[in-house]
Amino acid sequence: MTGAATPPALETRGLCKSFGALTVASRIDFRLARGARQALIGPNGAGKTSFVNLVTGVLKPSDGRILLDAADITPLSQAQRVKRGIVRTFQITTLFRGLSVLENVTLAVSERLGSGGDIHRAAGSRRHIIDEAYALLERLALHDEALRPVKELAYGRQRLVEIAVALGLAPKVLLLDEPAAGVPSSESGTIVETIERLPADIALLIIEHDMDLVFRLARRITVLVAGQILVEGTPQEIAADARVRQVYLGERAHA
Amino acid sequence: MAAVAERVVAGAADTFARRHRLRWYEALPWAAAIAGYFAFPDYLALGAQILATIVFALSVDLVLGYGGIVTLGQAAFFGTGAYTAGLLAAHGFGAPVLGLVIAAAAAALVGLVSGVIVLRTHGLTQLMMTLMVAVMLSAVANKANTITGGADGLQGMVVQPVFGLFRFGLYGNTAYFYCLAVLFLCWLAMRRIVHSPFGRSLTGIRENEARMHAIGSPVFVRRLVAYTISAAMAGISGALVAQTTQFVATDALGFERSGNVLIMLLLGGIGQLYGAFIGVPLYMIAQDRFAAIDPVYWYFWIGLLLVLMVMFARGGVLGIVDRIGALIRRRQ
Repeated sequence: MTGAATPPALETRGLCKSFGALTVASRIDFRLARGARQALIGPNGAGKTSFVNLVTGVLKPSDGRILLDAADITPLSQAQRVKRGIVRTFQITTLFRGLSVLENVTLAVSERLGSGGDIHRAAGSRRHIIDEAYALLERLALHDEALRPVKELAYGRQRLVEIAVALGLAPKVLLLDEPAAGVPSSESGTIVETIERLPADIALLIIEHDMDLVFRLARRITVLVAGQILVEGTPQEIAADARVRQVYLGERAHA
Repeated sequence: MAAVAERVVAGAADTFARRHRLRWYEALPWAAAIAGYFAFPDYLALGAQILATIVFALSVDLVLGYGGIVTLGQAAFFGTGAYTAGLLAAHGFGAPVLGLVIAAAAAALVGLVSGVIVLRTHGLTQLMMTLMVAVMLSAVANKANTITGGADGLQGMVVQPVFGLFRFGLYGNTAYFYCLAVLFLCWLAMRRIVHSPFGRSLTGIRENEARMHAIGSPVFVRRLVAYTISAAMAGISGALVAQTTQFVATDALGFERSGNVLIMLLLGGIGQLYGAFIGVPLYMIAQDRFAAIDPVYWYFWIGLLLVLMVMFARGGVLGIVDRIGALIRRRQ
């Protein structure tokens, strides 16, 4: 844990969520330090996606609180939380498929700068927005495909656009939901490198199945099992933890 | 090498920033409208109806083609506009432009209020909700037949000359140019809207609503604004038809009107701004011709045309144009 003086970028206290008899989050106390490189792992059905949905405001918690920079954001809507800097990507590519790559990112930048609802001027006349979006594409080496519809891109490239759209929102906390899911291993290297090069001030939480990727990117790992945090620690601690091996790694070895 | 790269950089962003500039082909509908006036002087009444209906189709394109809201109840707003203009003209307030403005406001109000409920639902439920709004208004218009004249129609509309100068005469000159001018203004507004950040965000909602939420867009508000603007435009269309025909009946609110405009838009092409300008004349002229040639079975021919369209020409006429364009580019 970092010192108590600086509050964590993101924190949940006693976070609970249940759908009837099904409990997907049970008293989760979670902390994500500023500039963290942390992974959230757990077997299928552990509640990882529900946790992301709770933090981003898609789901309302049954109980507990969510804090961003020590400020309570529990009652805020999804859109309001994005404005505060909590941004996510999706496990299954969730993009504007018929629109160009540049348009995808421009939409995000435009919303962040509060001109997404502007009806009086042409979108093209907002040159600073387009230039910022384009600069972002250059950073991710996507600019050669700027004007191509997203659906025409290779899946690995689409996963990069997924990250580019999120970066267009200038996140403080970025939740990457299986960023390399479905990408052939020959292309996943680019995605890993892109994540490694993300600005250090962004607190990253990577939700991931791929253990190679987790151990390469994360400096801390949180293990979620049945809606509860089983253990949290450094990659070495997690790899050596007997309970983790049993419920998670062991299960994978048998599969 | 660096210079070349720089030029490519400027290229992509520049192209993107220039998308809202006028293109030569955008003048075609207006050239056709003027040419049509001189070429078919005996068909000006039909021409005025076509122009007014294009406004209606534009209103549908905004919510359906750009906003992704499937509606079967657009006639609710058309009828509201038609009755507002009609009742005004029947009670001594026959100034057409003022009538248009009030009709647009009334339709916008109905759009706003119904939109708050309709837009909370999705998919099939939403479709049925839009339909219900139109059915309910139609029932009200029928019930209030002492005011509306019910199915027999509103009696005694007196529409004054436009700006006190241009009388709505027997030959339909005034009606034609009145509708053309209003259509032009609606097109300008529509064009501005779809190219604005607001319009682009509507397209985003259509393409992927979940991601729009995730980039912090107030999706519900955006849709509600679009729905209200669309309702106002449909109201203007209804008022145009009421004023130029000097008649309104309950069919202004009917399901057939909501359905037909969808067919017209499908014929032309959805979500491309110009689908309305192609689909509406195509449908209405075909309807006029088929009805003259084969008064009994003309709906059959319309149906056949549609079946062929769906089988061989998805995306309507504009879809065909796009594909031909792509083919030519590939040859080059």
